[in-house]
Amino acid sequence: MVDAVLVWRRLVGAQIRSQLQYRISFALDAFGSFWISFIDFLVILVIFRNVPRLNAWDVHEVAFLYALSSITFAVTDMLIGQLDQFPQKIRDGNFDIVLVRPRGTLFQVIASDFALRRIARVIQGSIVLVYALSTLTIHWTVLRALVLAVSVPSAIVIFSSIWVVGACIAFWTTDGGEFTNAFTYGGTAMAQYPFDIYATWLRRLLGFVIPLAFVCYFPALYVLGKTDPLGLPRFLEFCSPAVAAAAAVVAGLVWRFAVRHYRSAGG
Amino acid sequence: MRLDWEIAKRGWRRYAAYPWATVAGAFTNTIFGFLLAYILLAVYRSRTDVGGFDAGDAVTYVWLSQSMIMTVYIFSWWELAWRIRDGSITTDLLRPLNPQRYWLAFDLGRAPYHFLFRGLPPFVLGALVFDLRYPSPLDALAFVLSLTLAVVVSFGFRFIYNSVAFWLLDFRGIITLSTTIIVFFSGMAIPLRFMPPVLRDICYALPFGSVIQTPVDIWLGKREGAALLGMLALQLFWALALLAIGQFVLQRATRKVVVQGG
Repeated sequence: MVDAVLVWRRLVGAQIRSQLQYRISFALDAFGSFWISFIDFLVILVIFRNVPRLNAWDVHEVAFLYALSSITFAVTDMLIGQLDQFPQKIRDGNFDIVLVRPRGTLFQVIASDFALRRIARVIQGSIVLVYALSTLTIHWTVLRALVLAVSVPSAIVIFSSIWVVGACIAFWTTDGGEFTNAFTYGGTAMAQYPFDIYATWLRRLLGFVIPLAFVCYFPALYVLGKTDPLGLPRFLEFCSPAVAAAAAVVAGLVWRFAVRHYRSAGG
Repeated sequence: MRLDWEIAKRGWRRYAAYPWATVAGAFTNTIFGFLLAYILLAVYRSRTDVGGFDAGDAVTYVWLSQSMIMTVYIFSWWELAWRIRDGSITTDLLRPLNPQRYWLAFDLGRAPYHFLFRGLPPFVLGALVFDLRYPSPLDALAFVLSLTLAVVVSFGFRFIYNSVAFWLLDFRGIITLSTTIIVFFSGMAIPLRFMPPVLRDICYALPFGSVIQTPVDIWLGKREGAALLGMLALQLFWALALLAIGQFVLQRATRKVVVQGG
C-alpha cells in the first residue's frame, strides 16, 4: 500500500512536471475549463433570478450543493477523468501492456494519466463554496464540521466508483464510452440540485441505485440543518462514508470481473 | 452540387459507422433531458410564466434542445483544427475545392444523421413521459428550415474557431472557451427567456441565439408572420456572415501557412 502510494507519487509527479513545461498551453487550457465549469453556476443564478426558492431551497443553499458537487467531481476528474479515454487503450491494444506489468491493472490505468489542468475547476468550485459559506448562516458544531469534512472524500470515492464501473463498458464495446457520461457528468449535474425536485423514479435510480444522493444531498441536509422534504430517515445523513466504501468495493469487483473477461483484439 | 452531395454522404456515413456511440450518446442526452426538465418544472411550481414560456413550453424546450445538441454540434468540434495542426490541411488546400465548402457539405450530411438518430430517440422518450407541445404544419416547416440554418450558423462559428489553429498551436483552450460561449449564449444551458431582458435581447441578436433558441421558439409558435420571417432572415444573415468571415480568415491563413514538420 505504502509502496503503491510512492509509485503513484513518482508517476504523477513526472506528469505534472511535463504538463507544466508547456506554460501557455496549460494556462489556456485551465482558463477554458474554468469558464466552461462556470456555466452550471450561471444557470443556477439565472434560475434564481426568476424564483426565490426551488421547493424549500434558496440560492445560497443550492450554491452550497453546487460547490460540493463541483469540487468533489473536479478532484475526481483530475485524478481519474482520463478514464474517458480508456476505450482508446482497449481499441489500440495498449491495455495489454498494463496486463504484463507487476502492478494492479486499475492502479496503472489511473496513475498513467493525471490532468493537472482540471485544477481550474476545483478552484472555480472553491470560489463558489467560499461565497456560499459566507452568505449562509450555519450553526457550526463539531459534528457538522466533521460531516462536511468527511463528505468530501466520500463524494470523491463515489464519483470515482461510478467512473470505474462506467469505464468497464469499454471491455465489451469500445464505442459505448458515452454511456458513462450520463452518470459522471450527469451525476455531478444532478447532485448540484436538491434531490426533492426530481421525480421519484429518477431519485431512486440515480440517487440510491447509483448513490448520487450521498454525494451532496444528505450531508448538506445535516450541515445546513434542514429537515428532509422527502421525510427519509435521518441516519442517512451520516451514511455517505459507508456508501462510498460499498461503492468502491462494487467498483473493484466489477473491474476485476471485466479484466478477467478481457480478450485482446490484437494478434 | 453533385460533388457536395457525395461529400455529404460521407459525413452521414462517418457517424453511421459507430452505432453504439450513437446509442450511448442518445442515452446521455435523455438523462440530461430528464434532469433539466425536473429542474425547470421546479421553477414553475411558483411561476406560471417566465419570459413568455409556460411550463409546457419549458419542458418542450428541454427535449428539443437536447435533441439539437448533436444536430448543431454545439460541443467542441476539433476536426479542422487537428488537420491544421498535423499538416494534413496542405493536402486539402491542394485540392480544387475550397476547404470551407468541403467541410460545410460534410457537416450538412452529418447533421441529418444526428437529427434522426441522436435527436429523435430522446425526444420520443421525453414525449412519452411529459406533455409536450407540437407545432402547426406551417411552423413545423419553418422549424426544419430554421434548424438547417442553425446548423450552418453553428458550422460557420466552428470553422472560425478551428482556424485559430493556423496561428496558435495550443488551440484547446480557445476551443473550450468558444464552446462555453455558444453553450451559454445560444440558450442551450438555460432558455434565453429566463435571462434578464437586456442580456436576452443581445443573445437573440448575436449569432448564438440563432443556433438553439430561435428554432425552439419557432417550434413553439412564439414567432408568427413577420416576426417569423424576421427570425429566419436574421439566421440567414448570420449564416452568410459567419461563412464570409470564415472564408476571409482562411484566405489570410493560407497566405502565411507554414506546414508543421517537413
